[in-house]
Amino acid sequence: MKITLDNVVKTFDTFRAVHGVSLEIESGELLALLGPSGSGKTTILRMVAGLEFPDSGRILFGDVDATDIPVRERGVGFVFQHYALFPHMTVAENIAFGMKVSKVRRSRAEIDARVNQLLQLVKLPGLGNRFPSQISGGQRQRVALARALAVDPKVLLLDEPFGALDANVRRDLRRWLREIHQELGITTIFVTHDQEEALDLADRVVILDQGKIAQMGTPRDVCRNPNSAFVTRFLGDANRFSGVSSNGRVTVAGVEVATAAIPDGPAEMYVRPTDLIWSREGQGVPVRITRVLDRADGRRILAETEDGTHIEIDADVDLDVEAGQRGFVQVKRANVYGAGA
Amino acid sequence: MTSRKPPRVGDSPTFRRFLIAFVLIVGTLLIAAPLAVIFAQAFSKGWPTFASTIAHPDTRHAIFLTVVTALIAVPINTVFGIAAAWALTKFDFRGKRLLTILIELPFSISPIVAGVAYLFVYGLQGLFGPLLQSADIKILFALPGIVLASMFVTAPFVARELIPLMQAQGRDLEEAATSLGASGWRTFFYVTLPNIRWAMLYGIVLCNARLMGEFGAVSVVSGNIRGQTNTLPLHIELLYHDYQTVGAFAAASILTVLALVTIVAKVLLERQGAGRHHGSALAGPVAVSQDTTR
Repeated sequence: MKITLDNVVKTFDTFRAVHGVSLEIESGELLALLGPSGSGKTTILRMVAGLEFPDSGRILFGDVDATDIPVRERGVGFVFQHYALFPHMTVAENIAFGMKVSKVRRSRAEIDARVNQLLQLVKLPGLGNRFPSQISGGQRQRVALARALAVDPKVLLLDEPFGALDANVRRDLRRWLREIHQELGITTIFVTHDQEEALDLADRVVILDQGKIAQMGTPRDVCRNPNSAFVTRFLGDANRFSGVSSNGRVTVAGVEVATAAIPDGPAEMYVRPTDLIWSREGQGVPVRITRVLDRADGRRILAETEDGTHIEIDADVDLDVEAGQRGFVQVKRANVYGAGA
Repeated sequence: MTSRKPPRVGDSPTFRRFLIAFVLIVGTLLIAAPLAVIFAQAFSKGWPTFASTIAHPDTRHAIFLTVVTALIAVPINTVFGIAAAWALTKFDFRGKRLLTILIELPFSISPIVAGVAYLFVYGLQGLFGPLLQSADIKILFALPGIVLASMFVTAPFVARELIPLMQAQGRDLEEAATSLGASGWRTFFYVTLPNIRWAMLYGIVLCNARLMGEFGAVSVVSGNIRGQTNTLPLHIELLYHDYQTVGAFAAASILTVLALVTIVAKVLLERQGAGRHHGSALAGPVAVSQDTTR
């Protein structure tokens, strides 16, 4: 089911949560709404679900205007951040709930068969008789998904689906959700503030900032060509250098970088830690190392330029450096924006 | 040698012994002893006297009236409590805090003030007095007045038990049920109610206990007509003033038994997960605050 948001606006009391968002989600797509807290991502998701209603604008499901259809009749599967499993029902009863209250009458045997099939799908066979309090967080999230899928929703909506889980479980569940999506092909939108999660999982990422779309595109698009300082910073660590732009070239700390379409004047250059190359001697911006952090996959050098700017450089595990050393950094790749962008 | 260890803060042996002894002595003198006296006095002239006192028509009517009042007022207050807790925890609206205070007001107002207030509203010289008289509706010095006064005094009990619980549960469960296609009523009976039932029962038990024992407000509005508008507490006072000590104590013992039953029910309910600590009954982390990203 294709979903279209057409200039949707939502205000809470005096707080403008969503400012005129327009968005098309293709049938079968897995889309991430990514943004910091307060960016309006959950509000958008809840409006698609029918749990909130826009002040203006329209939401279309296929060609049908769904803007005013209440959640009960909208046919969406919603997975809550804190699962919202019914604590007084067993796992099987939770999954069966939607079928039991449905206008479509199903026999007991039919419902039981479907519950078992869904338990297989979410890889929890045999746990049907447990209560939600007797299973782990990751298992609860899978039950919540099975419950949402039981009513054959046209759209699957997930609000911070892995937010309350620890890192390893989160990674496993991400893979697993991707597999399920591939298997069922159901249009899916999920909300997250974790850029890694969005990039790992989604076909397309919509990055939101203060209720507006900052950028949307495939993970590759947004990572390689972030269109603003906000997107660059939000997607990952970035070193910020101030400089001056003139005639399509920016000079930052004595280094010239070719840029496109930046008006003359003050400019900001963002460089990922992996795009800075450290050397003991040679060319580049002179820096002094203040600390070295060791990580499983490399070393992170914290350094300071002569004008006191703090920068971070990713280096190979073998690189032998320590605090206090002086050296130079060269810029391999950078994104430059006019100041204030 | 564990005794050599310095005591934890506020846990020195002398202080501990003193505090426990103090609470024990005061508790015995203030609470246990008088209760024991009630039963001792009630049975002081033997079982036959006790039984005949209880069997006296006026006493039986008082018990009957108390039970009828409870049977009417407790269900109404339960529905009110659920409605109030629902409105205060699931909706946002202006004046919410004011409403919360209003619901709790009966806790801090002396019941006699409530009784007098009802007198002025429904009494002959009161606000609706002439109107009610012309319509031949008797509220004061009759069952409706007793029920109204009792309801005033016990209005907050159910709501107060439910509000913290429903606040902690948030709206997620109801939203989930609705998104799965459940109607409002179904959501309430299959999802909301089962999750608040222990706290609700606990509230009902407290409400009932308070209601059956209510003296002040009821004594103003009932008119103390023996065998007609006397509830059990009023009847006890009446017997006592009539120097029918054994009778007073016998009636009091019945009220005490009702209270003891209440306490037992309360303990049983607390074991089932009602009361203040609801954590174990809930699955998953509780969304205490609404998502800030909205």
